[in-house]
This record gives sequence, C-alpha cells and structure tokens, in this order.
Amino acid sequence: MKVIVLDGEFDPWKAVSDFQNENIEDGKHGGSVTFVGSMRDFNDGVEGISNMYLDHYPGMTEKHIGHVISDAMEKWDVIDALVVHRVGNIKPNDAIVLVAVWSEHRAMAFDACRFIINDLKHRAPFWKREASEDGERWVEGNSVDAEADKHSNAARPNSK
Amino acid sequence: MKIAVKYFASMRETMGKSDEVAELSDGASVSDLWASVSSSPMVENTLIAVNMEYTGADHILADGDEVAFFPPVTGG
Repeated sequence: MKVIVLDGEFDPWKAVSDFQNENIEDGKHGGSVTFVGSMRDFNDGVEGISNMYLDHYPGMTEKHIGHVISDAMEKWDVIDALVVHRVGNIKPNDAIVLVAVWSEHRAMAFDACRFIINDLKHRAPFWKREASEDGERWVEGNSVDAEADKHSNAARPNSK
Repeated sequence: MKIAVKYFASMRETMGKSDEVAELSDGASVSDLWASVSSSPMVENTLIAVNMEYTGADHILADGDEVAFFPPVTGG
C-alpha cells in the first residue's frame, strides 16, 4: 500500500498508471476501482469559491489512512491500494484526493474503494477553509452524500 | 507529567495558538488537560486524539503523550 500526502498539484491518472506499473504484478488483478475527488467552485449554497486551503494533522493523517487501508485489505481480498491526498492551497477543478484499489474481482475493489473514501471523509484529520468574495470560512462538515454514506461501513469518530 | 498539546483548524484560532506544553499531575485525563488549558467547556463535537489515535475525554494520560483537539474533519 502507499499513502501520499502532498502540498502541490498532482495528476491522479498518472499516479494510478505509475503505481500499477511499479507495484501490481501482471495478470494477477481482475479489476481496479479509482475514485478521484476534485474541488468544486460552489459549496453549501456559496457560489464562486475561488480557492481553498486544506489543513491537516501531519503524522496522524498518514497513520490514520494507513490503518484504513489495512482494515480494507483485511476485510476484502485487496491486492494493493494507493491513496493520494492534497494539502495546502487548492483551486477549483484540482484533484484533491485519489483512492485506487486493485483486486481479483470487481465487487471487492468497489467495496474496498468506497470503504476507504468514506472513512477518509468522516475520520481522516483534514480541514477545508474556503475563500470566496464573501471572505474565508472553515467548512463545518462534509456535504451530505446520503447515497454514498448509506453504503459506508466506516465507523464514526469516537465510536469505539 | 508533561503533555504536548496541539490544536487544528478553527480550534487553533479559538485557542490563539497551535501548540503548547501542559504540566499535569499523574493520573490526569483528557478532561483534566482541557480544564488546565481552557476556561470554557469543550465544544460538544470536539474530536480528541492521543498519540495520533482517536479517543475520548476520559482517556488517562501518560507523561510525554501528545494530545490533539480539533473540530469535525472535512477532507476528501
């Protein structure tokens, strides 16, 4: 597995291709599922968001995402997984997060990818600060994606 | 015992600092630590991590622990 937290632009499709070429044995995976999250220029009724700053807890971020990937690899028959997450200054249309999962069969790759991104949105220590004409504000909670969350097996913080 | 305390995002602004070191008696919990660094009650949805693992306010601390207080996360 590989977890990368980086301050700077990245090309998610190149990251997937490079990781597969370097780490996934030819002929052994039956499917890979990739989720790429990117920045919108609107959120929670606010239009014209010009840029965003993504704060994080260095050390815990990598540790937490590593745990989540390990959990997914225990739960499903995952061959390998890659997570890349941006921090720092981000502009609309930039890729913020990449989750890529390789497995023998598609169902496990879909389930594991969804599990990882859902946990990441609810538990990984990142915080968004958005800037628009109205000023700057900390985003108080991730926008609700009921359909995505319905399938989530990710536990909420402090639930243990 | 000495505890390293960290604050992130809006919590950093509320506290007016990003980190500090607290001196506490042995056996102190995260709640005791909060009472020593703030005169206000902890906001209900505050998340707590000790040594980079999520935990609760009743967690008993040990010398050298790193404790972080932060608001609900918004990554992804």
